[in-house]
Amino acid sequence: MSDNGCGFPAPGLHSFMFEPLFTVGGFEFNKVMLLALITSVVVIGFFSAAFGKAKVVPGKLQMVGEAGYDFVRRGIVYETIGKREGEKYVPLMVSLFFFIWIMNIWSVIPLAQFPVSSIIAYPAVLAGVVYVTWMVLTFKRHGFAGGFKNITGYDKSLGAVLPLVVVIEFFSNVFVRPFTHAVRLFANMFAGHLLLVMFTVASWYLLNSWLVVGAGVSFAMTVVMIMFELFVQAVQAYVFVLLACSYVQGALSESH
Amino acid sequence: MIANLVQLAAEEKENPLVPPGPELLIGAIAFAIVFFFFWKKLLPTINKVLEERRTAIEGGIEEAEAMKVEAQSVLEQYKAQLAEARHEAARLRQEAQEQGAALIAEMRAEGQRQREEIVTAGHSQIEADRKAAASALRQDVGSLATELAGKLVGESLEDHARQSRVIDRFLDELEEKAEAAR
Repeated sequence: MSDNGCGFPAPGLHSFMFEPLFTVGGFEFNKVMLLALITSVVVIGFFSAAFGKAKVVPGKLQMVGEAGYDFVRRGIVYETIGKREGEKYVPLMVSLFFFIWIMNIWSVIPLAQFPVSSIIAYPAVLAGVVYVTWMVLTFKRHGFAGGFKNITGYDKSLGAVLPLVVVIEFFSNVFVRPFTHAVRLFANMFAGHLLLVMFTVASWYLLNSWLVVGAGVSFAMTVVMIMFELFVQAVQAYVFVLLACSYVQGALSESH
Repeated sequence: MIANLVQLAAEEKENPLVPPGPELLIGAIAFAIVFFFFWKKLLPTINKVLEERRTAIEGGIEEAEAMKVEAQSVLEQYKAQLAEARHEAARLRQEAQEQGAALIAEMRAEGQRQREEIVTAGHSQIEADRKAAASALRQDVGSLATELAGKLVGESLEDHARQSRVIDRFLDELEEKAEAAR
């Protein structure tokens, strides 16, 4: 850890490293893993409570659950893939959305205060699931040659630039796409967490220095950033699922 | 300073873009749990309920539609009955009027007839009375004239006059003159 002389504990990569809570046979179980598992419990818990005893005339909790479910189903899946083809992917997209959203929200929950998705492994797993899904779909739907054409944007009317387009599209879709898909979510949460830590630590640090006013400003910024992060967390979950849907849609469509 | 930071970043044991294995595993497990729960349990449940609600709403709409149709038919029936009743009432009124008029006409005719009967009876009575009076008068005048003449002549001409019918003849002549004068 670096120390530039004034003793300010600047946040950095070390803010994303956690000592293991306990170790089982060499497997180091840390706080983020715990939060990831709690995420599952929270998501399943909420929706079990909302839909477990679902009634035709819904209660308040069921109504909230249905609103969330409908948002993803109609607002994202039906809008991008369409109702007929999209119905199959609703469970995947709904679970993706709420899993990611809750992972992000830990960022502002007291005691947790860490977005699970700011550890690249978690977005990577989810992006991987989406990647495998649409890759398999592409080749299942169009066969090997057709699938390849679909991925590379093969179009004879391009003429001389066709080889170039094929190479670029192949590289972009097969290698860059899953990477950006995961990193978009990761980087947003990573940066958000850095900012929150920055202002939180600064308001505490400045309170004990001669620049007490700075502590007030810093604290105000913390509050503002928390609200902004709440917005970003939802938006990033939405964007991730929207992209997943558009990838699936691209795999299903005839010409890319 | 930048070089220093780069060096620091390089010295960091962990690269934030390289996913650590155990975390990948935990992430996969955590997501898999959520996914399977949604896929196998929660979404089928809620979809069933949503479907039920949809059919319930559609059923309700259909029921309302049926009730509307029924109400419409009842209304039409009622309207038809009302029109029929109005028609019937008008017919009865008409009939009563006609009957009343017929009754009045009949009574008027009857009154006329009775009046005429009474008048006729009166006329014939008067005629009979007049005839009786005329014949009685004629007899009296005859006898009076005979008696008077007898007194003048000095003998009784009664029987003779009767036999000759002079008086009757004289009276007839008188009547004829009166008739002619009239």
